[in-house]
Amino acid sequence: MVERKQERIPNGPAAAAILSAGVGSAIIGLMTTGAIISAGLKSALNWWSPAGPLTGKTSVGVIAWLVTWIVLHVLWKDKDVPLVRVLVVMLVLLALGVLLTFPPVFEALE
Amino acid sequence: MTLFTVREAWTLIHGIFFGGGFLLAFTGGLALLYNLKAELLTTAGARRHVRWLKLATLVMAGLTWLAVLSGTYISYPWYRAAPPEGVVDLASYPRSYLMADPDLAFWHTFGMEWKEHIAWFAPMLATAVAFVVWRYGGHLARDSRLCWALIVLFVLAFAAAGIAGLLGALVTKAAPVL
Repeated sequence: MVERKQERIPNGPAAAAILSAGVGSAIIGLMTTGAIISAGLKSALNWWSPAGPLTGKTSVGVIAWLVTWIVLHVLWKDKDVPLVRVLVVMLVLLALGVLLTFPPVFEALE
Repeated sequence: MTLFTVREAWTLIHGIFFGGGFLLAFTGGLALLYNLKAELLTTAGARRHVRWLKLATLVMAGLTWLAVLSGTYISYPWYRAAPPEGVVDLASYPRSYLMADPDLAFWHTFGMEWKEHIAWFAPMLATAVAFVVWRYGGHLARDSRLCWALIVLFVLAFAAAGIAGLLGALVTKAAPVL
């Protein structure tokens, strides 16, 4: 059997990693639909012409993911947080990301 | 005789080595994560189990990053390149080739448009799983709630990569990057 007397690690750092992945996904979704609605945003997200606005949309999402992760990690590193609630929020954010990157949805806003 | 063009070779590396490798690492990682239970493992067994789990999740996260970065910054520019004025044969310009044919346009407007975005969800989810496994290690064997949260993330990363991989294969079949 595994040794059971080890010290318990707070779940805050795990929750920060989980939630931030949802935030990054939702931001990519928002950028994708945003670039359809706003020509200005689409142009602003064109960070590298050969790949077009995809570079900006995904880079903004990755930056948001990393910043959120760092901030939440610092805030929660010694804490226990309600993990189920964090997971539910992550799932909602991820679903939002999926919805906003789903072509029939953003094409309807074109 | 040239077996593959440079573009075809990169498409293979992107889809088969990085994408396919990710799917293999997922299978192993999921089995390891699901069976990481204190009551099933000896102390030595758990240590060995966690070592393999760390390796699988690290490989999985690394491969997803390589897949999306090579896809976005190497293959995708070839896919979306605009044909020069007057070019009639669009075979070397997959997006234009698809859009020029109403029967094939779906593979760009739905297939590639969804694939290129949803693929990016996978590395963030996979990295979160790898981080938690490396940070918590053997503690996960006694925290079933956290273990289940990781399994959910793991499966979602697989789903995002699976959708992107399947669409990528279908788009490539309709209009290969030559």
